[in-house]
Amino acid sequence: MANNYYDPADLRKFGKITEWSEELGTKFFDYYGKVFEEGALTAREKALIALAVAHTEQCPYCIDAYTKDTLQRGVTKEQMMEAIHVGAAIKSGATLVHGTMMMNKVNKLEM
Amino acid sequence: MSVTKTKKSLHKRHDDLAQANKQLEILSGGIFADGELPTFAKKIKETNQFPLRPKKLEILQINVGYMCNQVCEHCHVDAGPDRKEIMTWETMEQCLQVIKNTGAHTLDLTGGAPEMNPHFRRFVEEASKAGIKDFIVRSNLTIIRANKKYYDLPDFFKKHNVHVVSSMPHWTRGKTDKQRGEGVFDLSIKALQELNERGYGMPDSDLRLDLVYNPNGAYLPSDQAGMEKDFKKALMEDFGIQFHNLFAITNLPIARFLDYLIASENYEDYMYQLVEAYNPAAVANVMCTNTISISWDGWLYDCDFNQMLDLKVNSKVKHISDYNEDLLNDRDIIISQHCYGCTAGAGSSCQGTVA
Repeated sequence: MANNYYDPADLRKFGKITEWSEELGTKFFDYYGKVFEEGALTAREKALIALAVAHTEQCPYCIDAYTKDTLQRGVTKEQMMEAIHVGAAIKSGATLVHGTMMMNKVNKLEM
Repeated sequence: MSVTKTKKSLHKRHDDLAQANKQLEILSGGIFADGELPTFAKKIKETNQFPLRPKKLEILQINVGYMCNQVCEHCHVDAGPDRKEIMTWETMEQCLQVIKNTGAHTLDLTGGAPEMNPHFRRFVEEASKAGIKDFIVRSNLTIIRANKKYYDLPDFFKKHNVHVVSSMPHWTRGKTDKQRGEGVFDLSIKALQELNERGYGMPDSDLRLDLVYNPNGAYLPSDQAGMEKDFKKALMEDFGIQFHNLFAITNLPIARFLDYLIASENYEDYMYQLVEAYNPAAVANVMCTNTISISWDGWLYDCDFNQMLDLKVNSKVKHISDYNEDLLNDRDIIISQHCYGCTAGAGSSCQGTVA
């Protein structure tokens, strides 16, 4: 076991997860591949969504992969950063909107 | 990681990587020497494609010199204003002899900036009489606006029905200038508009104008058709520019791009990307199977990349002065790990994807 939890080289081993559960692993990768195919959304739009989610999930492997993927698709730095701000806004909004629960509770408890 | 930008070629800087043997050492050492990644020879043996052999010769690619008005960061030629290697008229005459008799249907002039060769126009005039079907000049666009003496190049190209193929790494100023130098984008746009004015790149025009896209860093190109759509939309909306096709070309780990990969600590990761994207279907159509590359001093190579690595053809015929197409076509193509660049994904060649 390495001394660090995350190793960039592990990203290259992602495909090997099928080795310990071939059926589920294969089903996952088939699904994954299908999701990112050009559809009602372009492959580039999907890559930008993935980049934003990679950040809200704080997944280093996903950030590595989709930064490269969006660059490959000609996405500019400005577009990438805007996508991440969308993720950040939803993430912070999701925190803040729970403030209404706190307010409700305070209003119920206080005389 | 940012890499220090330079205005000088590796040659001018007397950098180790200016030497072909040093580059080949790197390409054969490290992760390939210790077996972490398979060599290209081993990889193509898996699908019984070794040794790689030529098919019918279709393209004669002539590099008329390494001098260029630009010093692009990714340049595998290590071209620039400080390069003095220029094809002489004597060698051009030998090339013209070959062009008159070749079975190839395409003549492809490259550089450096081919237009900077003092004999360029005379050569184009003579070569265009040979009846070659497709006569390509790889123009970097900015040369057209670099100096008054080049301003009439669009008319000259039109007069000789030259097929213009030009590099354009992105439809935005920032990405283009980062790779090719400050101000390149604006000059390229102006040059493209001038070519359009002459009819180049227009939908029904026979005056062919194609663009070449290559990535702006240590990653591979995405699908060519998708990128072409994006380029066409952006260049039309922003500048009213039209062109025919976009060729997506993978950067090969040679000369300045290799230097960049090493300096930015991306070399190993990039080689992994190339090997992981290896596509056996692309091997059958790699450009070295239908191309002969001729250097400024008349030596013969399997491709422009092998030329830069000084890997001359494995044939009795090694120089334009001894040119014999039948003998040349009976050879094994010389390969090394840089060849993974042409077999990644949909493949890559000077004419774009191959698979």
